[in-house]
Amino acid sequence: MSNLTQSSAIEKALSNQVRPKKASPLSACLTFSGRMLLKIKYVPEQLFDITAFPVIYLLMFTYLFGGAIAGSTAAYLQFVLPGILVLTVVMITMYTGIELNNDIKKGIFDRFRTLPIWNPAVLVGALLVDLVRYLIASTIMLVLGYTLGFRADGGFSGLVLGIAILLLFAFSVSWIWTTLSMIMRSEKSLLGVSMMILFPTTFVSNVFVAPETMPSWLEAFVEVNPITLLVRAVRGFMEGAPDYQAVMWVCLISLGLIIIFGPLTMYLYKRK
Amino acid sequence: MKEPKQEQWAIETTGLKKYFGNNRAVDGVELKVKKGTIYGVLGPNGAGKTTTIRMLTTLLKPDGGSAKVLGYDIIDDAHQVRQRISLTGQFASLDEDLSGMENMVMIGRLFGFSRRDAKKRAEELLTAFDLFDAAKRQVKNYSGGMRRRLDIAASIIVSPELLFLDEPTTGLDPRSRNQVWDIIRLLVKAGTTVLLTTQYLDEADQLADRIAVIDHGKVIAEGTSGELKASIGTGKLHVRVLDPEMRGQAAEVLEQTIQTEVQLGTDPLVLTAQVSDTTLVSKALLAFEDANIPITDFSLGQPSLDEVFLTLTGRPTDDQATEEVAK
Repeated sequence: MSNLTQSSAIEKALSNQVRPKKASPLSACLTFSGRMLLKIKYVPEQLFDITAFPVIYLLMFTYLFGGAIAGSTAAYLQFVLPGILVLTVVMITMYTGIELNNDIKKGIFDRFRTLPIWNPAVLVGALLVDLVRYLIASTIMLVLGYTLGFRADGGFSGLVLGIAILLLFAFSVSWIWTTLSMIMRSEKSLLGVSMMILFPTTFVSNVFVAPETMPSWLEAFVEVNPITLLVRAVRGFMEGAPDYQAVMWVCLISLGLIIIFGPLTMYLYKRK
Repeated sequence: MKEPKQEQWAIETTGLKKYFGNNRAVDGVELKVKKGTIYGVLGPNGAGKTTTIRMLTTLLKPDGGSAKVLGYDIIDDAHQVRQRISLTGQFASLDEDLSGMENMVMIGRLFGFSRRDAKKRAEELLTAFDLFDAAKRQVKNYSGGMRRRLDIAASIIVSPELLFLDEPTTGLDPRSRNQVWDIIRLLVKAGTTVLLTTQYLDEADQLADRIAVIDHGKVIAEGTSGELKASIGTGKLHVRVLDPEMRGQAAEVLEQTIQTEVQLGTDPLVLTAQVSDTTLVSKALLAFEDANIPITDFSLGQPSLDEVFLTLTGRPTDDQATEEVAK
């Protein structure tokens, strides 16, 4: 292209002074969701965690512990599937933080921060895509569970409600990781801290065994562990005997997490 | 036009400060940038240029002083500022994983364009910036020059009143650099005010209407490039003789007429001298004729910004910078 036509093209482009109306928070969120989906399009391998983990975890824990804990793997699967579903999804929420920790170091975030948009949109948009990821992971696990013999007495609606409360909790927990990802300087340290929080809270719960079998001091901790409450809620829905007390607690805890860690994340984001 | 006196400034800062621990990154910067001009902020690495820009673009909160951008306070009216400015950062403010087109559409959408309008605007700008053929490629596969152009294109999806360019040509080859320069000139012609930082003296010289020289977080000189050069006081006389044998004699003649020390260049034909009194220069020309010394070049130039910088800071610019400077 010759210089002359190029400069006139640039001049013409510059003369277009259209100033659109400010993007609504929803459309900004969706644009950022679109960005995350495009990233998946270019690097589909990043779906590995949500496809492989559910399969590995479910097979591993069912056949490893089933005979010892419940006498048969079939009986154990019925008990453990909702728990492993919770464990898996809560575990993969961690990747939200790691992805963000990586992302935020890039120059594009300087641009995002100087745009006249609703600031949390960049995070909310990413978390919305993560919800889709969690949904895929849950679906994979349930499909595998059904082929192995799991049956939900709560029927389809029980499954849907169970997954819904799980996704609500996962979304709220993600804000802890976004907060940490603003504080931690490296991906490694973030991974370390996330693991330190996640391992005890997910394993020291009612995911694998009934709390009644534990020493009383441990049982006391397990009973107040939010993961326990979540597993009780999900199990309740799937077994067709909803535990509304647990559901209420999970909703309250989720709300609390968002109220605390949402603004905290945004405060740190603006100062970064 | 409410108050034309206030309105003429695109940027006005007083005593802007930012400390990182003990490091006084920006230590009382005073800037006044007129609307519709290119303003160059010149300084070596670590002088505080980027920190200043980050404060003016509301990315960093200052520790002291105040600043108004287009009449809006950068702290109290940050949102108003953001609606009117655009930033092209030192490291490309683009999503490397996305294609050029996807970047442009995304940013267009965030500015509030509908999907269709964002796409139309993206196509228009990508074509104008000669990037249309690369529109579908991921930005990480772009060359430095393409990245820079895309970055600027993204900054003007909605024409900003004020565009910040942080080292827009660092690391570019001369051709890409000239392209970026042309784009910047066109932007200003279209009415945008541009503040650019650079460590290249000739870039400031070529583009900027006014220049602030920053060192250790302070403005150490300010003015047009002509004023900065004049503040050094002297001009440089450059003489080239026809015959290298005659150079010694020419040096003698020259030294007698202008009464200052004459330096012999590395080129066996060249003589240079700092002159303070320019009336003596014309006499030197006659003296050469009288002594029958044929010369091929005789010129009196202003000092280069290099020399200005050296005089102001007492040390040369960074090696990295001088390498790239044309003269």
